[in-house]
Amino acid sequence: MILLAAPVVAAPEGARPDDPLQSPFLPTVLQLVLPEGARVRFDDRVKVQFPAIAENQRQFPVQVDARAVPGVKRIIIFADLNPIQKAVEFTPHDAEAFIAIRIKLDQRTPVRAAVEVADGSWLVAGGWIDAAGGGCSAPPVSRVKGDWAQSLMQLRGRLWSTPGQRVARLALAVRHPMDTGFVDNVPSYWLESLQLRADGRLLADLALNASVAEDPAIMLMPHLMEGESVTVRGRDSGGVELAGRVAGQSAIPAGAP
Amino acid sequence: MIARRHLLGALAGMPLIAAAPHYRLAAQPVAAGIWVVRGADAPIAMANGGAIANISIIATDAGAVLIDAGASHRHGLALAALARRLTGKPVARVYLTHLHPDHSFGASAFPAGLVAATPAVAAQVTGDAAGFSTGLYRLLGDWMRGTELPAPALVAEAGPVLIGGRRLRLLTLSGHSASDLAVLDEATGTLIAGDLVFHNRAPATPHADLPAWRRALDQLAGLGQQRLVPGHGPVDPTPGTAIAQTRAWIDWLEPALKAAMDAGLTMVEAGDLPIPPRFAGLAVARLELQRSVSHFWPALEAARLPRVGG
Repeated sequence: MILLAAPVVAAPEGARPDDPLQSPFLPTVLQLVLPEGARVRFDDRVKVQFPAIAENQRQFPVQVDARAVPGVKRIIIFADLNPIQKAVEFTPHDAEAFIAIRIKLDQRTPVRAAVEVADGSWLVAGGWIDAAGGGCSAPPVSRVKGDWAQSLMQLRGRLWSTPGQRVARLALAVRHPMDTGFVDNVPSYWLESLQLRADGRLLADLALNASVAEDPAIMLMPHLMEGESVTVRGRDSGGVELAGRVAGQSAIPAGAP
Repeated sequence: MIARRHLLGALAGMPLIAAAPHYRLAAQPVAAGIWVVRGADAPIAMANGGAIANISIIATDAGAVLIDAGASHRHGLALAALARRLTGKPVARVYLTHLHPDHSFGASAFPAGLVAATPAVAAQVTGDAAGFSTGLYRLLGDWMRGTELPAPALVAEAGPVLIGGRRLRLLTLSGHSASDLAVLDEATGTLIAGDLVFHNRAPATPHADLPAWRRALDQLAGLGQQRLVPGHGPVDPTPGTAIAQTRAWIDWLEPALKAAMDAGLTMVEAGDLPIPPRFAGLAVARLELQRSVSHFWPALEAARLPRVGG
């Protein structure tokens, strides 16, 4: 924590020469978030999109679109200077290489995606975002209100699809405080996994950390047949499980991105 | 905040610190005995010292009345000096239109006994203000030195007030924030609308209640004013252009965000929605759209995504 609180200095000693963001902490972060010995290169085909300003450092939307990269095995979203660097690891078994999610920001930091491709190497892209402090160390809203237990693991969801096309859109929202453990007397407690299936076929696995924003909200693009529904199973770090089913595909309006 | 002040005080004693930043303020006449100090039509930033809101100065026989106080202690001092130069009298009263720091934190430069606000805003000073202060210190650094927002000692109530022979009509409304004050100068028909009205700049929605905002705009539209000073953007020389513009933006924004969610868009995609050509003249429209997505999206999810399990 003390190391992480150090300000970003103008001369990024220790940054990789090829890092477009010249982040001094990147070499360390890559060791923390990627498998040992991972080969990394920077690649703009991985599109990491987020708003120009972090209006709310507890709920910062990040979207990763790696559909231009063939053979994507995994997508990891991380922030170099967050105390919990890795937010989510997404494995698209039968889904597009696309994920949108909200994360916490603890200060000005690079926000990036690392995308594993077929040969086991990783493609990294991202950008800097300025943020007020405290995204990871302020109490969740539901802890302040005190109502977190009543809504714990509630699942909302919706499916959109275009007739004749297998790429659907799936929105999921789970109520969970996503405690980081950095708030006095509240131990870390987070939604740690989600698994999505259609007709028994595995669509996607998500492994989440507490740096995902409170009440995780996720958009994915699973591959579905007409009329198929998606079953969702999840578990948090306390062993509480959720189960749900998203059915009834709505049409994607013409002109949607 | 105290710790920061001490730190800044210690830094001030160091020889290598650059000269303190300085507000260069200019007033433009609006009507007889009323001036506006125009804010930069930009986000709060080091380059503008937080001086982004319009501040109005009204001359009365008892002294100058300020509508809003600026973003920092030094901004408040600079406004007080400017008001004295313009009116020949010291500031007799400061009305805070709402708590947002670009409007209120300059009250630091005035005795609490001169500062008036609604009871709701006075209550927020001891609550939300601490968070705003932290944010402003981070964004503005030394511009903020010495800024301590006092609890306003005077209560602004709806209705007429007479100050130094000048009749002002106070309106207590809400919508842009939980409590918004507007001031009508009856002699000149000048309506000082605070952030209930934006002009040629996209409205900001961090604490907005859009139905309440529409009701407030309805009220402001019917006061018989000649002209209007918005919270941000140029003075509107007509009674209703800026009011209509503000309403048009929020009337577009709300259904646009609902439609975006119902179409399966992500927050990032919603922030990139095309902005209708009729808003081409609004400064910082893209930025405010993205901020508004952040303000409204989680509640829209809770309201519009069906429960599917637990």
